[in-house]
Amino acid sequence: MNKSMGRIVISASALSVIAIVTVIAYLLFDIFWNGKNTLSWAFLTTAPTDGMMQGGIFPVIIGTVSLVLIMSIAGVPVGVITALYLSEYARRTSVFTKMVRFAVNTLAGVPSIVFGLFGLGFFIQFIGMNLDRALMPAGELHWGQPSLLWASLTMALLTLPVVIVAVEEALRAVPEDLRAASLALGATKWQTILKVVLPNATSGILTGTILAVGRGAGEVAPILFTGAAYFLPHLPESLSDQFMNLGYHVYILATQSPDVEATKGLQYATVLILLLVTFGLNLIAVMLRYKLRKASRQ
Amino acid sequence: MTTEKNIYSLDRKFRPGDGIARFVVHSVSFISFAVILLIFIFVFREALPIFSSTEKSVSSEYLQSETYGDEPGDESDSELSDETVLLETGGAEGRAGLRNLLSREWQPVSGQPKYGLIPLFVGSLKVTFIALLIAAPLSILAALYTAVFASAKLRELIKPTIELLAGFPSVVIGFFALITLASFFQNLFGYTYRLNAFIGGLALSLAVIPIIFTITEEALSSVPREMTEASLALGATRWQTALFVILPAATPGVFAALILGFGRAFGETMIVLMATGNAALTSFNFLEPVRTLSATIGAEMAEVVFGDTHYNVLFLIGSLLFIITFALNAVAEFYIRGRLLKRFRGED
Amino acid sequence: MENNSEKIIVNNLDLYYGKKAALDNINLSILSNKVTALIGPSGCGKSTFLRCLNRMNDLIPGVLIKGTVLINGRDIYESSVDVVSLRKKVGMIFQKSNPFPKSIFENVAYAPRVNGINNKKELFEIVEKSLRKAALWEEVKDNLDKSGLSISGGQQQRLCIARSLAVEPDILLMDEPASALDPISTSKIEDLIFELKANYTIVIVTHNMQQAARVSDKTAFFYMGELIEVGDTKMMFTQPTNKRTEDYVSGRFG
Repeated sequence: MNKSMGRIVISASALSVIAIVTVIAYLLFDIFWNGKNTLSWAFLTTAPTDGMMQGGIFPVIIGTVSLVLIMSIAGVPVGVITALYLSEYARRTSVFTKMVRFAVNTLAGVPSIVFGLFGLGFFIQFIGMNLDRALMPAGELHWGQPSLLWASLTMALLTLPVVIVAVEEALRAVPEDLRAASLALGATKWQTILKVVLPNATSGILTGTILAVGRGAGEVAPILFTGAAYFLPHLPESLSDQFMNLGYHVYILATQSPDVEATKGLQYATVLILLLVTFGLNLIAVMLRYKLRKASRQ
Repeated sequence: MTTEKNIYSLDRKFRPGDGIARFVVHSVSFISFAVILLIFIFVFREALPIFSSTEKSVSSEYLQSETYGDEPGDESDSELSDETVLLETGGAEGRAGLRNLLSREWQPVSGQPKYGLIPLFVGSLKVTFIALLIAAPLSILAALYTAVFASAKLRELIKPTIELLAGFPSVVIGFFALITLASFFQNLFGYTYRLNAFIGGLALSLAVIPIIFTITEEALSSVPREMTEASLALGATRWQTALFVILPAATPGVFAALILGFGRAFGETMIVLMATGNAALTSFNFLEPVRTLSATIGAEMAEVVFGDTHYNVLFLIGSLLFIITFALNAVAEFYIRGRLLKRFRGED
Repeated sequence: MENNSEKIIVNNLDLYYGKKAALDNINLSILSNKVTALIGPSGCGKSTFLRCLNRMNDLIPGVLIKGTVLINGRDIYESSVDVVSLRKKVGMIFQKSNPFPKSIFENVAYAPRVNGINNKKELFEIVEKSLRKAALWEEVKDNLDKSGLSISGGQQQRLCIARSLAVEPDILLMDEPASALDPISTSKIEDLIFELKANYTIVIVTHNMQQAARVSDKTAFFYMGELIEVGDTKMMFTQPTNKRTEDYVSGRFG
């Protein structure tokens, strides 16, 4: 009886692993299998045509790249500096430290759609509108509407905890010995951070950035009403333009198009690209992090 | 040798660099906290007019009559306190009152808009419940296998594989559910609605599994080795140890995992937007379409007029989502994780 | 050479970790251009004391220090003292060699660079001089671009000494500098210490009695956070006045 019970426990838990892994494998297979035929160089380098029933996803890729680029420029420095604070300056007992830690944990749990609302309410309706009031002729909207800038900033906030967590881990993995050596040589704290701590955490900073980019490239909810466009005849040219986006494009094609069946190939190929981008970035980050952890254990 | 004293200049030097760096680091770190505050303020700010819209568009006479006179309303029950009456603003004008918000109908675009949040709440809960029902046993068992039964080599393989699921964009999971899962299960069970709460929950479970799995696995594998060894030394088998020693010791971690998984599922947007069918029905049938709080925002925000009551109500929903996930995270963070740590430290 | 001036004077030094006293009323004078060895069983406070001399204990939260440490007559715990300048004058060698994961050259050039020297020629001169003083130059002069981590443990420790010398300190604190090294590397470090004392005041913590006897002029014996006895090394090892010192140096406990 005991023996069979043991067998049940072990096989049930093993089966759970198998079930999850099977679903992952099937998901990947399904998308790869159905997407590969539509995937071509032309698909990547041409714009959608015929009311998005034909053509490629070039502007969609450009829009997504612009989004994650601006997002990284805005978000990564803030994330790295916050991680620096948490690992180098924070005292465990100080109220400020607790506030920052609490904020980072909370931020990581805020639903992405709430970030979208925040982007709309804060960036567009508050900052944008006030900028327009100050800079533009009365009644004209320039910043007070969805745009690449506001979507990128919203996404930067969403991915901030991702950067902070990864970079803090890397900073903490820098041996205490090296900090002591630098300080004992008469370097100041900031010199020590700049010349010893940060250079030894570069792979962690890279990991954090890659994870953030992977996350930002795939999220749709935050940009639904802060800047993503259904269709644009031209590429985004300035920060105040709207843009097309891979994830949003998938959503549009799969749910809003007049004939969903007819564009299945396009849909699968777009999902495949999106998956390759996020999956690839995550894979790199996981491997980097794994290497980092192994190195720091020694 | 007294002259040597002067060689030293140990006097405090002016080092603006370090001070500036310190200031910048502290200021920038404050951004995270400021963002939390700003989310609170600005999401609520846009929701607030619901409760004060009387001032905006209704004349004071009308307000008075509404406050003191008995509100006829479109619903039959009229046992309203003064406060509720103040919040209640004529449905005909398209504004939302408390009673309207608590009604069972969500019809924001109609002659008499109805902003009943009940069906949306029920929808969110239903889908979340299904997601957890599927994800919890699967991920806890999988975590048990990975942390306890699997060889070190296999563990190194399983962990990153399942964690990769966390990197799948939710729109991809939504797409997979919408195109593949929905057809597969409809063919299998032959129910009426292709997109329904079950499909939505099933898809959501894919997003929740990596969360529950990772945290549970972490909790399980941080159970002190001495505890495991003590049990094995007493003649317990590996699975008995797993079930009666390791799993109970890690329960706070498992609870934290479930709570965070719940929060994730409750707030997730794209998956439910694509896979649930989005009909605002208040029913407990899992095979009917549902509309969740988050999907409502996602689907309708792009089409509303800024400043309109509908717009405000969507922000109100956002505020609710924020508060609920905020509370769930706080519980998971402060109560349960703290207890887990204490438990292990106590055992040390 | 023959001066007996008191380089460091420690008066009534107490150190607490939170509420726990780790050092109790230490009074000690350390002479210029001499090697002073701090000995005692592990946990006796000798390393903690050493770290008081360049204020490295400041980095540990919850540490409270009372009393005075005069270096060249100036109390280094005075509020007007600049810790960074202090650490430039009081170099420190750690138990475990800790070169930066940079080239040998950049390791030695680290402190000069931090102090704003960027001229390549000037840097090279400093690096060569420091490596020579640390008796490492001949071994690494052709491999200055190699990583500081690629050389042997003994060489790494001498690299760390060279790195400290590049700041031109006049006191060197060594915290069991040879404890992780093989006998040959250890004797090289000991020879180096002997040469360096002509120009530097050296304080060395060691758990190795033979080493203390070999390299030091003065020896101070710590026990349970107290300074039990201090005197000429020869005297300490042959005729200690205190019973506990005698027991320790003769190997009866440790």
